[in-house]
Amino acid sequence: MPSAARTAADAHRAILAIWRIEQPRLITSLARMLRDVPLAEELTQEALLAALEQWPQGVPEKPGAWLMTTARRRAVDHLRRGRMLERKHELVALDLEQQQQAMPDFDSALDDDIGDEMLRLIFTACHPRLPREARTALALRMICGLTTDEIARAFLLPDATIAQRIVRAKRTLSDSGLAYETPRGEELSQRLSSVLEVVYLIFNEGYTAARGEDWLRPQLCNEALRMGRVLTAIAPHEPEAHGLLALMELNASRTVARTDATGEPILLLDQNRALWDRFQIRRGLQALDLARKLGGAGGFYVLQAAIIACHALAPAAVDTDWARIAALYAELAAVMPSPIVELNRAVAVGMAEGPEAGLSIVDRLVGEPALKTYHLLPGVRGDLLQKLGRHEEARAAFEAAAALAGNKRDQELMKRRAAAAVKEQ
Amino acid sequence: MRFMYIVTSPHRTPPTPAFMEAVGKLADREIKAGRMIDNGGLMPLSTGARVQIKDGQLSVVDGPFIEAKEVIGGYAIFELSDKDEAMAMAKEFMQLHKDYMPGWEGTCELRAFASPAH
Repeated sequence: MPSAARTAADAHRAILAIWRIEQPRLITSLARMLRDVPLAEELTQEALLAALEQWPQGVPEKPGAWLMTTARRRAVDHLRRGRMLERKHELVALDLEQQQQAMPDFDSALDDDIGDEMLRLIFTACHPRLPREARTALALRMICGLTTDEIARAFLLPDATIAQRIVRAKRTLSDSGLAYETPRGEELSQRLSSVLEVVYLIFNEGYTAARGEDWLRPQLCNEALRMGRVLTAIAPHEPEAHGLLALMELNASRTVARTDATGEPILLLDQNRALWDRFQIRRGLQALDLARKLGGAGGFYVLQAAIIACHALAPAAVDTDWARIAALYAELAAVMPSPIVELNRAVAVGMAEGPEAGLSIVDRLVGEPALKTYHLLPGVRGDLLQKLGRHEEARAAFEAAAALAGNKRDQELMKRRAAAAVKEQ
Repeated sequence: MRFMYIVTSPHRTPPTPAFMEAVGKLADREIKAGRMIDNGGLMPLSTGARVQIKDGQLSVVDGPFIEAKEVIGGYAIFELSDKDEAMAMAKEFMQLHKDYMPGWEGTCELRAFASPAH
């Protein structure tokens, strides 16, 4: 790259970095002025465009204040343009303008207590009325400050698809009169589940991605973690928010250990635990502890976090408290009955009480329609049969698993295990 | 990416209340934004000590250290997307020193945490 182009690219990246830091505060501030979150988002985007146009000549000393001034000016213009508005609104606009002329209002950028507004922003972006993928895109855009192009790259989708999702979602919000509302009390807890779902979805999208050719996919995990921390900071009394944060921190603590140098996945029990991130585990355990103190020990995310914590707390794979994991899976199955949870419980029971006990659970799942094409059902079954010395049945199970496996890596693993079972006979 | 920020300065006067307030607000904002994971100010050098090895000898030196030119005043740990974000954050933090403690000079060093190798 010629050096002028590189400098321009550097400047662009530096501006986007500042943008990600400042953007939520800009939106929340404008949303309060305009009482309309989608509109606020649109006008802050204009401030970004202005920065991208003007800053390459030099980033201002206080970029946050610059963006805030620019964005507020757009909001004032918008309020003024609306000639149909009531006189009251005109007064608001006038008042704002005077206020703005009285600036520099650099410090008020720090004075804003954004907690409440931030909550509103998050709840608007993750409104249950919106389709799940729209919530996800909107959250990444409005809360994390990712650009449409970045979101598209992270989800391996075309730009236009994401842009359209965002436009549609914002229109839905405006048309349904949901542009500016904050759930409180009872409703907050109910609505929270929609938010947590989005955050978890974003986390999993990044977590299941192979090691990134593109930093944006693993970056999704970090964005989700960040949103989790935002939620626990501004809604500190919600145990499930702490539970989800704990679950994400504990899962993310294993990131480096999950693949070998060539990118091949390494299963949890085979991972080098010295590579697990202690700092992150500690934070995860703290969040889990807080969730329990808030009375949330039986919550959906808290239980999952508790299961992962059993692994995190075991110095070596052989030290794993499988009986506790089996009990936690039983609790989880009661909260959210699912054959996949039951299959996981079978694995834990197999480890805690022996393969016979595990197998009897698996065998009850064999006719389960939801697991008909799930390769891990015969996979787990094969493993338990193998441990019981029933090699011929194990081979058949592994072959069935290989036939169902969706990707090559899993297919090969199951074929290898089938071949090993034949040798044992 | 995880970054550590270490602030050093030859100044030994304690920070002004106005500065502390501004930093407190920034810290609050950054905690609520999910970026700041940990931070802390450090007590003056006179309360510290150094355990060092020199010429094969282990020795303990109590503070203050007369020869020390730069003093570490505090640290913070952030989770950020990249170095660009880390730089933006450091600049904003240092700007507060400029605004609230005129005449203060010092350095904010930012370092990415090493991630363990396979």
